[in-house]
Amino acid sequence: MIESQQTSPAGAGEVKTRSVEGEGDRAGTRQSGAACRSDHPHPPLRGALSRAAGEGYRQDPRDRGGPAQPLLLVENLRKHFPVRGGLLNRQVATVQAVDDVSFIIRKGETLGIVGESGCGKSTTARLLMRLIEPDAGTTVFDGETVGSRTGISVNAMRRQMQMVFQDSYSSLNPRMTMVDSISYAPRMHGTPRKAATERAEHLLDQVGLNPRTYARRYPHELSGGQRQRANIARALALEPRLVILDEAVSALDKSIEAQVLNLLADLKQRFNLTYLFISHDLNVVEYVADRVLVMYLGRIVETGPVEQIYRAPRHPYTRALFASKPTLDPDRRTTEMPLTGDPPNPINPPSGCRFRTRCAFAQAVCADAAPALSIPFGTPPSDGPGHLVACHLPEAQLAAGIGHA
Amino acid sequence: MSDATIDFIRRELSAQADAPAAPTPGYWKSVRQRLARDPVTIAVSLVLLAIVFISVGAPLVTHYDPYAGSVLARLKPIGTPGHWLGTDETGRDLWTRLCYGGRLSLLAGILPVTISLVVGGFLGILAGYAGGLVGTLIMRTMDVFYAFPSILLAIAICGLLGNGLSNSVIALAVVFIPPMVRISETVTTQARQLDFVEAARASGTTTLQVIRHHVLANVLGPILVYATSLISVSIILSAGLSFLGLGVTPPQAEWGLMLNSLRQAIYVQPYVAALPGLMIFVTSMCFNLMSDGFRSAMDVRLNK
Repeated sequence: MIESQQTSPAGAGEVKTRSVEGEGDRAGTRQSGAACRSDHPHPPLRGALSRAAGEGYRQDPRDRGGPAQPLLLVENLRKHFPVRGGLLNRQVATVQAVDDVSFIIRKGETLGIVGESGCGKSTTARLLMRLIEPDAGTTVFDGETVGSRTGISVNAMRRQMQMVFQDSYSSLNPRMTMVDSISYAPRMHGTPRKAATERAEHLLDQVGLNPRTYARRYPHELSGGQRQRANIARALALEPRLVILDEAVSALDKSIEAQVLNLLADLKQRFNLTYLFISHDLNVVEYVADRVLVMYLGRIVETGPVEQIYRAPRHPYTRALFASKPTLDPDRRTTEMPLTGDPPNPINPPSGCRFRTRCAFAQAVCADAAPALSIPFGTPPSDGPGHLVACHLPEAQLAAGIGHA
Repeated sequence: MSDATIDFIRRELSAQADAPAAPTPGYWKSVRQRLARDPVTIAVSLVLLAIVFISVGAPLVTHYDPYAGSVLARLKPIGTPGHWLGTDETGRDLWTRLCYGGRLSLLAGILPVTISLVVGGFLGILAGYAGGLVGTLIMRTMDVFYAFPSILLAIAICGLLGNGLSNSVIALAVVFIPPMVRISETVTTQARQLDFVEAARASGTTTLQVIRHHVLANVLGPILVYATSLISVSIILSAGLSFLGLGVTPPQAEWGLMLNSLRQAIYVQPYVAALPGLMIFVTSMCFNLMSDGFRSAMDVRLNK
């Protein structure tokens, strides 16, 4: 259902203009994908990306389904963690970390996932990488089902999908130099050491670390921002098509964060990447993402193009989340608490709509059935069908937004 | 700005750009550099080397027969002409006995620890990395061994197998496996949760490669340090087994056994009687200090 609605050509309405500088002059030197591949293992400038699916998307030699086919399609992804206890280590409960999550990532876009701590953002990322085995759900990478007999193997998928972790220090082996860490995966996949080292040094250069200074350094000899750059280089070493950034800039201080975000935008163009950007920082997501996915207690409550969601959030939770975003405008400030308390325990989530226990609009219907993602009430036709919300109540969807913190 | 100044700046900038790569020594070179700055580690390593040398090369440093005694030369004090460390209760040259005794003592110290390091380390890393049912199975089995005090367990196994050096080595190895498993399981469980292990898994490397390159390198340090600390325990325990008539039997030379037989002469020749104990003390101390020193020298994080 989601797939059919979100891959429809109406995506053209969400073309963005930022971060596409330089597209014009690169278009002149555009090469065919095959030519790129033969003369250089990693053509540095395959061209800038238009943000919308199918619009100006440069053909990747590994592309199979064309620009309209989503790069990643996730259907009914579910992970329930058993809680064990008691004398015989029996299962006493389940944590519904991720529950029936379905979404797509289009080629060349940046999909942002936002939500409170513990809403299942990071679990979703780890499920996609298969660092955790999902209980249910299918992942289709560029038209090929992952892990099925007819599709691609998990390892083949992992080579095209890489991840950058939040903690820049613990995600680098403390006993490996930068160049060893970055060249490790290619070496394990059979690239000769010398070639892998050269490529690692090239990647260090690409992320703004001079290889002559930093290649032989250990993680503890670098600053947080430098380490996160090295982590990004490590993720790019296998030439992935999709990079999952799991709170990748959240631990950096603001000026470094801005640098790394610009670097990410730059690398996205240069290496023809697609990002899944997980963050709790709403401002950063607004800056980098094309589409946003709002999660609450393991479920998606709202999804859509970033402008539409930030302009007119429809789910009461999304509105409350945005209201907690600090603002510099004193007139829009309020001391009212947009949301009180913690999210309910995911061990025993509320029936029906999971947000109903904290929702001001909740009615009986909310407890009975979980709302499906559908087009919000009163959407002007010009907005297209990209915006979906999981809420039963028109009045909750159309209520005015609250102020800022 | 004058042309000369501009020229100077340009030269400076190009010099910076062409500067040779920062001196980045290789791993082993940096280990050597750190060792060179640690005189304690060097000293204890030399002492250990000397002990190994006099044990292995015993015939080179003494011309006495370690088993030939003389009734006339019993319990001579330190400094006696011909017997510079004195003689024991049957008139055998003590220096000779200490040299030859080092062979069995070092063997009894190192061999059980090596066996338990390999077996226990393997089981522990397996339990820690696999977790789940495998981990539970291994760890609960080890808990059974923990139910017995270690010396009693060693005595029981030795009694079962009969005496002799090889049996006491087996008994001690069995005694040391459970703590070794526990240590390596703990450090592996900690290491496997780190993001770089996840990152390595996420890049499609095999489990074996992940363990070899990422887990092992980061857990071997604490495991090795613990193992070296066990060497001294092993020397002392094997001495205890010999004392009880299990393990090494007289007239073979072994420090623990010598300590026990010279015990009766403690009022006659206290210094002579203390010498085998001194050897055990010095050896185990050196092993501990050396493992500490090597651990810090090989840790890239404790640099500079």
